[in-house]
Order: sequence, then structure tokens, then C-alpha cells
Amino acid sequence: MDANTYQQTVDQLAPKRPVLRNCFTAFLTGGIICAIGQLISFVYMYFFPFTERTASNPTVATMIFIAMILTGTGYYKKIGQFGGAGSAVPVTGFGNAVISAAIEHKSEGFILGVGANMFKLAGAVIVYGVFSAFIVTLIKTILVNIGGISW
Amino acid sequence: MKNARTIQFVSKPSIVSTAVAVGPLEKQSPFHPHFDLIYEDERFGQETNEKGHAQLIEETCRLALMKAGLQIPDIDLFLAGDLVNQMTPTNFAARQLTTPFMGMFSACATSVSSLITASFFLESNHMDRILFGAASQHNAVERQFRYPIEYGAQKPPTGQWTVTGAGFGILSHHISGKPFVHSATIGKVIDCECIDPLDMGSAMAPAAFDTIQQHLAQNKGTSYDFVMTGDLGKNGYTILQELIQSSGVSSYLIDNYRDAGAEFYGKDKKFLSGASGAGCSASVYFGPIYAELLAKQWKKVLLVATGALLSPLSFQQGESIPCIAHAVELWME
Amino acid sequence: MIFSVIIAFVVGGLVCVIGQLLFDVAKLTPAHTLSLLVVVGSVLDGFGLYEPFIDFAGAGATIPITSFGNSLTHGAMQEAEKHGIIGVLTGMFEVTSSGISAAIIFGVIGAFLFKAKGKVS
Repeated sequence: MDANTYQQTVDQLAPKRPVLRNCFTAFLTGGIICAIGQLISFVYMYFFPFTERTASNPTVATMIFIAMILTGTGYYKKIGQFGGAGSAVPVTGFGNAVISAAIEHKSEGFILGVGANMFKLAGAVIVYGVFSAFIVTLIKTILVNIGGISW
Repeated sequence: MKNARTIQFVSKPSIVSTAVAVGPLEKQSPFHPHFDLIYEDERFGQETNEKGHAQLIEETCRLALMKAGLQIPDIDLFLAGDLVNQMTPTNFAARQLTTPFMGMFSACATSVSSLITASFFLESNHMDRILFGAASQHNAVERQFRYPIEYGAQKPPTGQWTVTGAGFGILSHHISGKPFVHSATIGKVIDCECIDPLDMGSAMAPAAFDTIQQHLAQNKGTSYDFVMTGDLGKNGYTILQELIQSSGVSSYLIDNYRDAGAEFYGKDKKFLSGASGAGCSASVYFGPIYAELLAKQWKKVLLVATGALLSPLSFQQGESIPCIAHAVELWME
Repeated sequence: MIFSVIIAFVVGGLVCVIGQLLFDVAKLTPAHTLSLLVVVGSVLDGFGLYEPFIDFAGAGATIPITSFGNSLTHGAMQEAEKHGIIGVLTGMFEVTSSGISAAIIFGVIGAFLFKAKGKVS
């Protein structure tokens, strides 16, 4: 059977991803998570000595704590199936990726299981975040030294 | 070239007993009245999913023995497999069962490949009783092939749910009053360059088509109650129908195609395109279909189990998904 | 205050829609999509655009994963400005550590507390 013709058949018959619906649910889910983050920021700003800038640190940590509870109790994956990128893109999604891998690999012990596998899903984000920061800063440093731009 | 892919078993080996055990989610299957055991604990009382998987296999095999009134020493050979790396759940169950053992891997088509192989051994008359079958456990398989269970990845509508279930049977020499193996066709690896591991149905449909076409060509004139594929799912089933219709192969059968995966969880949309896993075809073929054959509701059925022969590594390395389908024809007289 | 929450909702939602399009139209895996978004955040900070974005959208800009890229780059650039190119290595994790530390710490705690359940969602 010719692969090309077959792929055409598959494209015609296979159920399409509901892109519009997925975008709507992603918008809703991501928006709500960010709105909750904003409210948590306000709590840190008004009740603790944090400014608008520095409040993002404890806010992110709190959001990841919430992600841990939702992941461990099995609710995050329901949010994930509903919201798609709306649950994966916020930092709670990063938390879910790390924590779900940690929970899963407990059966291999805490060193070889939890420790070694924790970043199996989320590792790429850290690796490429760091690498990109390196390249961007390198380029900027060079440009600044040539005298083209300022910091 | 000799066409040895299709074999007729003149000794007509009979399936003397079967046993099917499933996990808690499978309770909602419309097939559940024909499942011998429905467990509340998806780990079957064990600490890890993999140990639970081995426990599931061992207990289902012992139940099949009990239903046939047999003991472990009566079994000449154990032929089985699963989807986990190196098939360790089956290996550990075989250790507990202490029978002579040969592991079989055809991914989700292992239910039929083990039965075909068992039929050959019986046909040669060297052995008298062979325990065959396959199983899968959802969590162990998901961890291996996809994501950690609690990860919030969004499955597309073509996604399928791996069944926690085991189906095993005992094959012996022909006796009347039991369904028997009339013939079989061994599959070839078919790859139509599908690359999406979240759409196995599309990848496997051409393999099912190839095996069905081959078997029907060698068995012209047989009229079947139905042809049932293993786990193409709702999507793969639609594609197979299209392939059959546009090829003109035995069009009279169009209305009689079924798929175990598409029917397994009923109409519940949460399961997307349906069930999959080695335990899917095994629990349906050796549960309800066997029971219905025994009750003489059907006379001739063609069971075509399908398997996707990929690994998580092959996908990461950019490979497509090669698939296979094995067919066995069961009769009841 | 309500206004900030609404802006965070809308902007955060839109960033997630971009992610969803990368999932469904570009057919990228979650790992590819998130890596791409982190790099985007990093590059935007290189152009000096992410900080004003945070000023405007608040949590709508700090909660999506793009902010990791921004923080890492921001820390690196701050140190590089002060100490030259070696600052790239010393500065990176100064500003981002809360997200990654929290994920590690709660990952270990989560592994102690929880067991995965194979329920369909």
C-alpha cells in the first residue's frame, strides 16, 4: 500500500483535533491560573514586605505548591485534559511535570527513581532556558563592547 | 513462492478453558458480565504497578487451570507476553507458575500470536496442553510508552486507553463441545509511515487489512459471523472499513466487522477512540467471544489482533510506527 | 486591583492560546512547546521587552513558563553588565531559583506523600 495515498485517507477520516475549542479552553484555564497568581501576588504584597517585582518569587513557589497538591490528588491531569496548554504553559505545568515524574518513580527508590527521573519531562525547559540566556547575553555583551548598544 | 502464511490446523485443537481478569475501570465495559474477575485495586494488592501486572497474569492463569480442572504439572508449555520492557511481568508470573515457558512479543497482537504458536505445537502432537494469552496493566504501560500517570498531557480524539486486563486460555487436542482453532494467518510488518504515537489506530489499520486480505483469499467461500480486530479503536476501525470498501475485498462482510477496542468501554467519550493494550484483545476474545462461541451463538469468527511495534525510543529518534496483525479463525460445531 | 486581575487573566490566557496552537496546529510535543516558549521569553528580555510586559500584565507575564526564560536571561545580563562575560554563569540562577527550587522540593515531598492513580480524566 502506498504510504502517501494512505496518509491522505487518514487525513480525511481521522477525527480532527478541535483546535478552536482547545484554544478556548486553554485561554480559560491559563487565564484563571494567571488570575489566581495575580491574587496571590496581592496577598504577598499587602500582608508581607514584598514589592510588585519581588512578589513573583513567593507567588511562583505557592503556585507550584498548589500544583503539587493537585497532581498528587489526581486533579491536575483532569485540568490538563480539559485545558491543554492552559495547564501546561503556566509555571504550574512545570511543577506538574516535575512532581508527577517524582511520584511515578518512587517505586525505584528515592535516588535512582525520584532523584534521577524528576526532570524527565521538564528538563528540556531548564536546559534550553539556561542555554538561551547564555546565547542572548553573549550576543548582547559583544554588541555592547563593540559599542552598538547599551545595557 | 509457497504461501505458508495461512495455515489450516487439521487436528482442530480446542480451547478447553479461558479466564479473564480486569482492573476497576474495566467494570464499566459492556463486556463485564463475561469477565471472571474484576479487581478493585489496580495494583492487585502489590506495591508497584509492575508487580501488580505480574500478579494479574499469575492469578488469571491459575483461574484458567482451575476452570479446566487441571494442575500446574498438566501444562506442557506457557506462551504469553505483555508490553512492558523485556516482558518482565510475564517473566515473573512464569517464574511463579513454574511451567516451561517461551515469551512471545507481538505488542497488542500477542493474544493471537500466542494462540497460533500453541496451535502449531499441538498440531505436531508433541504437546498436549498449552497455556496461552496476553495481558496489560494501564499504569505500567503508560509510564513506559507515554507519560507519568499524573502528568496533565492532553490526549487528542485519536488517543486510546490501555486496558488493565488479562486473558488466558488452555489449548488442547480436539474435543467436541469446545470452540476450536480452524486456521490462522501470520502477519507481516506493515509500515505506512504513520508517526503519531497518539493515533495508533491509523498506524495499525493497514496491517489488519493486509492480514485480513490474505486470510480471506486463502479461505474463499467461508462465511463468518463477524471479523473482529483487536484494538484499532473507533478511528482505526473507520479507516479499516474504508480500506476494505475501496479495495473490493469480500464486500459482503462489511457489515460484520467489529473492533474489540472500539467496543470495550462502550460509548463513554472519556476513553476517546477506545481501548488498546495486549489485554484488550485478550480479555475480549477469551472472555465474551469465547463464551458466546461455547453457547453456540456464533459458529465461525475471524479474530485479527493488531499490534504497533514501536518503542518510546524509536519515536524519539523520528521513526515511523511499523505494525502487525495476526489472525485466527475459531469455529464451534 | 480588579483591573490587574482581569489583565492577568486575558494576557495569561492569550499566551496559553499560543501554546495550544503550537500543540494542535504545529503538532509539537509539550516538551518542544515549553522549550520554545522559554527561549521566546529569553529573547524578549534580550530586547528589553519582557520587563515592560511584566509591568503591564503582572501575573499574566510572570506565571507562564516564558518568565523562566526572562528571569534566567535577566539575571545573566545583570551580572554580565557588572562583571563582564563571567557574569553570564554566575548570574543566571540568582533570579529564577524560586520556581526550580520549589519544583524540586515539592517533587520530593510529593513523592513521599502521594501514589499515582490510573483514573481516566
